[in-house]
Amino acid sequence: MSTPYTKLPAWADYGLIPLINLLVAFAGAGLVVLLVGENPFRAAAILVEGAFGSGTGIAYTLYYATNFIFTGLAVAVAFHCGLFNIGGEGQAYIAGLGVGVVCLAFDHILPWWLTFPLAILGAAISGALWALIPAYLQAKRGSHIVITTIMFNFIAASTMVYLLVGPLKPRGAMAPQTRQLVEGGQLPKLGWLLSDFGLTVRPSAPLNLSFLLALAMAFVVWLVVWRTRLGYEIRTMGHSSKAARYAGISETRIIIITMLISGALAGMMALNPIMGDQHNVSLDFVSGAGFVGIAVALMGRSHPAGIVPAAILFGMLYQGGAELAFEMPNISRDMIVIIQGLVILFAGALEHMFRPTVQAVFASFSPKSVGIAPPRAEGA
Amino acid sequence: MEFFEALINILNSTIRVSVPLLLACLAGLYSERAGIFDIGLEGKMLAGAFAGAAAAAVFGSAWIGLLVAVLVSVALALVHGFASITHRGNQIVSGVAINFIAAGSTIILGQAWFNQGGRTPSLTADGRFGAITLPFADQLRDVPVVGQIYSGLLSGHTLLAYLAFLAVPFTWWVLFRTRFGLRLRAVGENPAAVDTAGISVAWLRYRAVICTGVLTGLAGCYMSLSQNAGFVKDMTAGRGYIALAALIFAKWKPVPAMFACLLFGFLDALSIRLQGTPLPIVGKVPVQFMQALPYVLTVILLAGFIGKAIPPRAGGVPYVKER
Repeated sequence: MSTPYTKLPAWADYGLIPLINLLVAFAGAGLVVLLVGENPFRAAAILVEGAFGSGTGIAYTLYYATNFIFTGLAVAVAFHCGLFNIGGEGQAYIAGLGVGVVCLAFDHILPWWLTFPLAILGAAISGALWALIPAYLQAKRGSHIVITTIMFNFIAASTMVYLLVGPLKPRGAMAPQTRQLVEGGQLPKLGWLLSDFGLTVRPSAPLNLSFLLALAMAFVVWLVVWRTRLGYEIRTMGHSSKAARYAGISETRIIIITMLISGALAGMMALNPIMGDQHNVSLDFVSGAGFVGIAVALMGRSHPAGIVPAAILFGMLYQGGAELAFEMPNISRDMIVIIQGLVILFAGALEHMFRPTVQAVFASFSPKSVGIAPPRAEGA
Repeated sequence: MEFFEALINILNSTIRVSVPLLLACLAGLYSERAGIFDIGLEGKMLAGAFAGAAAAAVFGSAWIGLLVAVLVSVALALVHGFASITHRGNQIVSGVAINFIAAGSTIILGQAWFNQGGRTPSLTADGRFGAITLPFADQLRDVPVVGQIYSGLLSGHTLLAYLAFLAVPFTWWVLFRTRFGLRLRAVGENPAAVDTAGISVAWLRYRAVICTGVLTGLAGCYMSLSQNAGFVKDMTAGRGYIALAALIFAKWKPVPAMFACLLFGFLDALSIRLQGTPLPIVGKVPVQFMQALPYVLTVILLAGFIGKAIPPRAGGVPYVKER
């Protein structure tokens, strides 16, 4: 067994194996529910009902999914280059500063459709800049990007706490957050989209325009990674940095560009809660979305077509989890953190665990499908 | 003399906050020297802290708490080993997964079992490790300087604290003076050579992650059974990552690791002490700046501006026997 990767038909590779991994992860979560003394199947039913049972539920689910599409894409783009950007959390947090500054400056003067593009730029640029230093250090000085991005998460958190309890807080206010944004800094809600399908959506449901931006970004990422020269270079680098160097691709350039894209995508996540829902920049508004992105990217196999459904699944867990906490007080939202960990474990670190078994099953049915030639007759 | 007393106070709290860092840092040392990157130190510490406090609360004994904490941490370490040694998975991904599993399950299980909002019940004296007063510490209290250092700084810590500092020379001895240590370091640099010598790479690496599990369990125990009287949710608060930073800062060596942990502990103790008091020359330093300093220092170090930190060569690379 010189290679751990046995050959399988494509549908098993991209459909069956991820599905098995996911099912095992959820079985693990079910075990925790059992330990807590609740019925896992009833918990799952409440969760799905809470997430998709009403128009408002769906709006919340998609609102959370918006965050995870952005951060999932950010992690995925870096994965394609062989980089592990664990700093999405920090990049999104700092991007809140970019969005906040733009909105605080323009929300009185400009209408939202002029503030929005500026805020997108603000988010993307500040997120990208926060990823630039780890990228530069990785490319030029060989310091491990995982460690530097973790450190930058903590530095980002300290910086934002400092700014939000100090300079950004309006005078006389108690809460560590900026002032409320007025209309010019608020994105239109998309609840009416769901209402058109005959669902009732409470006007307070936070689904907003940035959901469409997230979908657009998913398309753009697909375009860039699979249909451009840059994307080809990124993927080459991810497969083999030696091959990339031999082909004359500049390692430094690709690492830095990839991380800038990744940081910008993570940064755009800040638009959703700040302009779309709470209309201010507050402490810890990212609340772990950067880390969920890791699970989403692993589950979606780093492809936008996988990331969007994976993000919606995690959006469902977030929204349904809130409902679940009402019905089963023992199961708080922290349950999602466990599921997230299990998904990362089984879809990421142990992704090849079930491969030999699946391959053996396939081989016993049809040796051809796994690339094994049928046994030849004696003397042939 | 007032300044001296203040200094003793700060150094004393430095030792207290350094202990969990030191235990976790040495834990990481075993694993990373054997070529298994471990960013799951945080999660294992947290799980250890929770398991220790929960068991100590139920059985009323700190020793049972310690045992359970170590068992749980070792179990998580073995999951990391299973993913990264047996299944050659991505070690970073596996570490991240363990951090999340620990963060979530400690809260969920704590709430379900004890119903105190994720806390464990407050421990009585039996459920905790009490302070150990060194011999003659009380008599020497009034002797200037030497006595003050002895009774104010060195005496009065808990068993685990003394154990943590004893673990430093012990780790040095194990790594650099025993056959196991030599092999452990070799497997982190060149596993193929170890394999050629007829030694099992996988078993050696498994033993290394078990050492990591034991030490992270102790680190967690120190937090919930010595420093505090019970478990509070998310009580490790990033210390596992600071320990990781200290490990890099110390270039994967035990004695420098102790000094790195003491330095980061000192920054922590100082930031608590200086909260709100203005300093000469620089004026008032924001607390957040002091809190971010260990991370900033690590980044600067990693960038190669304060000497170069070179990780074990085979770190992060799963070993494939036949190529």
